[in-house]
Amino acid sequence: MNGVGALYLVLLAAVAGYVLIARVPSILHTPMMSGSNFIHGIVLAGAMLALGGAQGLLEQIIGFVAVTAAAANVVGGFIVTDRMLSLFDPSTERDNRGVSADSLQIDGAAVEDRRVPKALNAGKRA
Amino acid sequence: MSESVPVALQLAWFVATVSFVVGLRRLSSPPKARTGIWIAGFGMVLAIVSMFFHPELRDNLPLIIVAMTLGGGLALLHAKRVDMTRIPQMIALYNALGGVAAAGIAMLVLLHVSEYGPAVKSLAVLGGLIGCIAFAGSFFAFLRLRGHFSRRDGFAKRQVAYLANGALVLLLGLILATSATAHPVLLLLFIALAITFGLLMTLPTSAADMPVLISLYNALTGLAVAFDGYVLENPAMMVAGTIVFAAGSLLTRLMARAVNRRLSEIMYSGFGLADGEQARTEDRDHVNTIDARDAAVDMAYAGRVIIVPGYGMATAQAQHKLRELTQLLDERGVETGFAIHPVAGRMPGHMNVLLAEAGVPYEKIHDLSDINTEFSQVDVVLVVGANDIVNPAARDNPESPLFGMPVLDVDRSRRVIVLKRGDGTGYAGVENALLFAPVTRVLFGDARDSVQDLIMAIKGLD
Repeated sequence: MNGVGALYLVLLAAVAGYVLIARVPSILHTPMMSGSNFIHGIVLAGAMLALGGAQGLLEQIIGFVAVTAAAANVVGGFIVTDRMLSLFDPSTERDNRGVSADSLQIDGAAVEDRRVPKALNAGKRA
Repeated sequence: MSESVPVALQLAWFVATVSFVVGLRRLSSPPKARTGIWIAGFGMVLAIVSMFFHPELRDNLPLIIVAMTLGGGLALLHAKRVDMTRIPQMIALYNALGGVAAAGIAMLVLLHVSEYGPAVKSLAVLGGLIGCIAFAGSFFAFLRLRGHFSRRDGFAKRQVAYLANGALVLLLGLILATSATAHPVLLLLFIALAITFGLLMTLPTSAADMPVLISLYNALTGLAVAFDGYVLENPAMMVAGTIVFAAGSLLTRLMARAVNRRLSEIMYSGFGLADGEQARTEDRDHVNTIDARDAAVDMAYAGRVIIVPGYGMATAQAQHKLRELTQLLDERGVETGFAIHPVAGRMPGHMNVLLAEAGVPYEKIHDLSDINTEFSQVDVVLVVGANDIVNPAARDNPESPLFGMPVLDVDRSRRVIVLKRGDGTGYAGVENALLFAPVTRVLFGDARDSVQDLIMAIKGLD
């Protein structure tokens, strides 16, 4: 890709990024940060390529570290974001992970509304 | 783009990039947000799997697979287990790893420097530098949020070291970018200095401001990835990295604005350390305390009770007990609700996540702009582990380091009950003037235990 073409691409991508996030309600700032954290995990594609061309021990070590770190970035970023968003998702029954000890103490009445609050329609408020 | 990359592979990258854009777009609306991350996840799988068909991926295939399994597996085990109160730390950690990868790619390119032109070399240097800064900064933020380090004072003394370090890094970078042959030793020195630079940048920031900084480093990792993407001729990396950079920069600004501070202030301020130490000594003597039974009576016979959670709620895991408390009050006909400050719990939306996890209905959760004018009609405000976000000094006292930050005006209600573990100040290290307000009563103890006591006391009223 020639340099100037790349500049245009970067410009448009920057505008896209700005527009994408400009009207996010503040309750979604953290999931958004986490989601973009996941998306820069695409660095794994580059790390694979870099390790694929590595010669000699030093380069192999650097490449290995890069691929390991990038893979962790992808997987960890995805799981963290998804776990966070599952709390906002009205359609799923939550598994109450890490909550069970408490939920059990809550008296019977608590069971029926264990589902996530209905439709966080905060998007409309932005 | 090299001719050798097959069209099918390029198309796969394109589809992946589209899915990132669509995924991020959906992340901005709560009901669609979860499908958004899955769409982006699909794109990621496509982009990664298609890399195995890249013609330049010649050697080390077993190593690549081992590394991917190792990194992915460890992250899988870790991310599934860590509990949701530690979200800020987790984002910082995974961002640090992204920075490592970006820096590693840049290093490998700079070791093969003779194969590339000047533009590629310069961008590789920048990618390496920014990747290192993002890594060092995020990792230090991660350690700070886990409580391994306290903020060091005396930044002024280090300013010289900071600037000298910065100048040296730039000089080395210039040498690496212009040199025709690879210099492994200089490169390692460059990386070490860039990491030091990132550390020195993060050192003076107080823990309360860490989320803003983590957001900044997240944006920087995106930028490093974009540079690496140009170097490796991978447009998917360029576009995704740039989008993350742009979105992250804006998010950083939005978050800084929520605390009414400029980014430069966040990074270089010595935020009220002296006040904090002062407050710790005079704390308990001057505040009015209350016991759980009296507090329970206040709440049970109130018309409207508002709960203001802060990071203390997260650390004490009190959100489930609070939900139970509001249910109990609702049954008695008391109107209950939660007031969430934009930066409560150190991360925008952090409290919302925890309350949603505990099953608090969304209608009960109000943000600052909605509720702030209504506090004069509220009978009891229960402050659970929040400090700076309810400190009236931010509104009234121009001397306060918090002055100008929007706060919840809880002191305008008829009664404020503060649940407090008793160790003085908030994360900004600033004395909380709310504790000394005439309407305030303090209930000392762990937040979860205190809420449990309140629940028992209310149940015992009948």
